[in-house]
Amino acid sequence: MRQPLLALLAKEPAHGYELKLALEQTFGEAYPSPNIGQIYVTLKRLEQDGLVRSQDVEQTTRPNKRVYELTAVGREALRVWVEEPSDGPRIRDEFFIKLILAPMAGLADRMELMNSQRRHYLGIMRNLAELHADTDPADTTARLLIEGAILHLQADLDWLERCQEELV
Amino acid sequence: MSRRLLTRGDHPPDPAAPGESDLPGTALPETSQPALLRTRKLVKEYRADGVTVEAVRGVDIELAVGEFVAIMGPSGSGKSTLLHVLGGLEPATSGEIWLRGQRVDGLSTAGWAILRRRHVGFVFQFFNLLSNMTVADNIELPALLAGATPRQARRRREELLTELGIAEKAGMAPARLSGGEQQRVALARALANEPSLLLADEPTGNLDSSNTRDVLRLLRRAHAGGQAILMVTHDARVASLADRVINLFDGMVADDARIVPIPRVNGVQNVMELRG
Repeated sequence: MRQPLLALLAKEPAHGYELKLALEQTFGEAYPSPNIGQIYVTLKRLEQDGLVRSQDVEQTTRPNKRVYELTAVGREALRVWVEEPSDGPRIRDEFFIKLILAPMAGLADRMELMNSQRRHYLGIMRNLAELHADTDPADTTARLLIEGAILHLQADLDWLERCQEELV
Repeated sequence: MSRRLLTRGDHPPDPAAPGESDLPGTALPETSQPALLRTRKLVKEYRADGVTVEAVRGVDIELAVGEFVAIMGPSGSGKSTLLHVLGGLEPATSGEIWLRGQRVDGLSTAGWAILRRRHVGFVFQFFNLLSNMTVADNIELPALLAGATPRQARRRREELLTELGIAEKAGMAPARLSGGEQQRVALARALANEPSLLLADEPTGNLDSSNTRDVLRLLRRAHAGGQAILMVTHDARVASLADRVINLFDGMVADDARIVPIPRVNGVQNVMELRG
């Protein structure tokens, strides 16, 4: 939540509710709708850390609103975040550990483990494929997110196949 | 757009159906509702320079009428060989193949050709369209070979091309079409005679993601219309649309299971969580 808020504030100063709307508008269905309380808490912490500063703006008919803007320190932190490569997908280590250890302990057969894992992946894949088919083609953000998940899952299945070739 | 066009006619698995007497074979005795396709201890060996390679090693599979089954497995696991043997493109070494209650593994090349005309449609990775004929002729040919009148063949071709969204390409040579369009033509050709069974060998293997989506949509619609499909694929997204997935490994069935959707992924937002 911290970096997305900083990134939105890099565009222009805004108050909490505007940030919530901007996140919803940018990511559409692809991002969990942010909780307004969580946004306020995050903004407060960012301010304590010196990444943003705020001031009250008087409104005539409504209570004052607090408008946040990025500080120089905040802009630098954002630059570092944008420039550093993000972590790659994590290895399915839990399944792999099961696959290696369970047969050693006489707890399971490798082929059965791989078969049940493959069935599970294919079940998820069915859901993603249907989700993709039901997603508005104009909603590029959501569509790309689902396609990313599909490609990761395909890689998991390909890797399972490699395990099958080497370990059985 | 009507769904009827990709809805295949009903071919009951009845050996005594009229017009079927040209198919050699014996009726399967024991079951009241025979599977559309069934193999027993199916083996395919290749011999070269005194070396025997077993590509398919005792496969027992079944496919019900209207069922959509995907075959997955590593390269060299025998997937394509199995499909080719099931469609009579290569002879089985031993074992049995039953189609619509008739034993067909002993058919001659000509017998297989007749059987395929009426009951088995084929789609390949590289389309295999006849390059010196127009799109329209490619699709009408199987119907004409099966005894349709030119008028019937043309009507069916027009229906299929319209349904597949490429009606305006009817007069073109296949080479002038994109890969996705050629695969749609191949699909139209395979479905022209409303086959009991559609065999598909990596039908999306040579397509980009948007053409894959189109071909998938067509396969789904054909399946919803009652078309039985047996498809070899590497693409898990394609396979996940099947009712059942068979995993082939080393020429044998390693797994054969229905696909059970995992109810956890309900909306797009949960995809974030899924990716961890």
